[in-house]
Amino acid sequence: MLSGETVHALRGVSFDVPEGDFISIMGPSGSGKSTLLNLLGCLDRPTSGHFLLGGDDVARMNDDQLAETRARRIGFVFQSYNLLPALSVVENIEVPLYYGGQLNAATRARSLELAHMVGLESRLGHRPAQLSGGQQQRVAIARSLVNDPKFILADEPTGNLDSKTTEEILELLQRLNDEGRTIIMVTHEPDVAELTRRTIVLHDGKLQSDERR
Amino acid sequence: MWWRTIQLSIKSVLLHPLRSALTILGIFIGVASVIWLLAMGEGIGKAAQEQIASLGALNIIVRTVKPSSDDVEDGSYGLTRSDYVRLVATIPTITKALPIRILAQEFRYQTRSFEGRLVGCTPDYADVTRLKLDRGRFLSDADLDRERNYCVLAHESAERLFPSGNAIGKDIMVDEQFYTVVGVMQPRAPSAGIGGSLAAEDYSRDVYVPITTLWRRIGDMIVVTKPGQFQRDWVEVTQITLQVAERNDVLRTADLVRTTIENEHSFSDYGVTVPLELLQQAETTRLMFILFLGLIAAISLVVGGIGIMNIMLATVTERTHEIGIRRALGAKRQDITRQFLIESTVLSLAGGLSGVIGGLFCRPLTLFMRDQLERWFPDQMATLPDLIRTMEPQLVSWSIPLAFVISLAVGILFGVYPALRAAQLDPIEALRHA
Repeated sequence: MLSGETVHALRGVSFDVPEGDFISIMGPSGSGKSTLLNLLGCLDRPTSGHFLLGGDDVARMNDDQLAETRARRIGFVFQSYNLLPALSVVENIEVPLYYGGQLNAATRARSLELAHMVGLESRLGHRPAQLSGGQQQRVAIARSLVNDPKFILADEPTGNLDSKTTEEILELLQRLNDEGRTIIMVTHEPDVAELTRRTIVLHDGKLQSDERR
Repeated sequence: MWWRTIQLSIKSVLLHPLRSALTILGIFIGVASVIWLLAMGEGIGKAAQEQIASLGALNIIVRTVKPSSDDVEDGSYGLTRSDYVRLVATIPTITKALPIRILAQEFRYQTRSFEGRLVGCTPDYADVTRLKLDRGRFLSDADLDRERNYCVLAHESAERLFPSGNAIGKDIMVDEQFYTVVGVMQPRAPSAGIGGSLAAEDYSRDVYVPITTLWRRIGDMIVVTKPGQFQRDWVEVTQITLQVAERNDVLRTADLVRTTIENEHSFSDYGVTVPLELLQQAETTRLMFILFLGLIAAISLVVGGIGIMNIMLATVTERTHEIGIRRALGAKRQDITRQFLIESTVLSLAGGLSGVIGGLFCRPLTLFMRDQLERWFPDQMATLPDLIRTMEPQLVSWSIPLAFVISLAVGILFGVYPALRAAQLDPIEALRHA
């Protein structure tokens, strides 16, 4: 925002994400990547245009509805993991359930299952600070799955990890995609983007390319 | 949902133990001082009330007051026997009327002697002044009717004249005449002197005789000898203590007594004291006092509340990133508000609870402190008024829920602004915040 004038960070960007897709979004800084990510993550509403999520127009939602959508229909994975430091591994996994009002015995069992799936069953009571970066990111992935979301939104999920751990995390994401999960991943590393089914490149707020492999 | 939020709040409070402890300390001091100050106010008020009540709430005391010398022409002043008769005859609510004549006298038994008060009175005297008999009997109606020279000794009087033996049946000498001891009283603490209208009365060196005997044998004359002055006064009755049956009748009866006596006396040679009036004044004073102390304590609670607000504002700034994460994961604004509000409430509740516990230790701690002060600074302590020196804090039962509720309210009140601020943060901005 410059002296009250609206800067259009994204203009005329239009694409469909079919269920089960694995998309990477690339682009230099200032290309509108973050804005697109915020829109897809229902953290922001488009000033004009539409974002249809399973038939619901996110542009028409109020603040509480946005929050509920984030809690129930989107799984977030961040570059810096973004776990809550005061909570244990299981508790961190349960956070979206808690805010979505879905915390019960069945979903709690599901949290444990997910912890198991990402290989952290022996560290359930640990705090984030007691875990390695790769382990923290796995907790974050488990957390992104706990609400059985429409899609997982991963923002540079391997940006803070060494190459070996990066491989492990990407393998995990691929496995999830093979199981039918829709994943949208923002990255600036071409070899990470290589592993996805489809790559969208943004430039100056416009869609530069949309290629399927 | 709520329980979970409370658990989370306790966890994040425990994440910074020192900071939380200091915040809790602020509320602790506030709550404990509410309870302490109210207890002390109550203790002082109670003591004053008990002193007044020892005069008898159902009593009306009329006493002779020596007027300024200009008014007195022939040296005779004060209450008279006819005042007494008139009061008893005209005011039906009076159930007991007790004329008393008090003289300073020297008492002797064989070689021992002491200066004390010779009190001419009626059999009701022991009852009305709450004196208790130790041995023998008190004066009887028959003693009065026959103007017998019998006497009853107060505790200390008996000890002075008969340090090692039974006083009953012995004859003591008063004003060149012999009186036979028929009873000895138990000791009694002096009654209060309140508001200047009534001197503190010390019962310990009294000798009680039938008032009729005193009138007959000693008479109304008081000889006052000062250097270069010789004065004779005539006083018939020193004091008339009246008692009514019902508390409701006291004030009305007191008014009647005032007008009755006023009609008979041309100048002010008497005073009327109504303990119940003093009691009501003391009650008002006590309430003012408690209000004042409560105000001071409330200020310290507010200071504690500001401490909470301060910490919560710092916490919100510090945890902006965490708020961003929570919002991204689906927390609504109201979820964030609730979380921070519960956190500040947890802090203030912890302060409130510990403050109540601290408040319960008020009495033992005050007594301990007083003992220590008396040990190390006995001189300074001696200069304090009795009421404060001997004050025993009395826990006011309602002060505990009050202090607790106020601390809770303070936590919520001062938590609201930081909580709303946290909720208003933009989730994208907050997430970006390092």
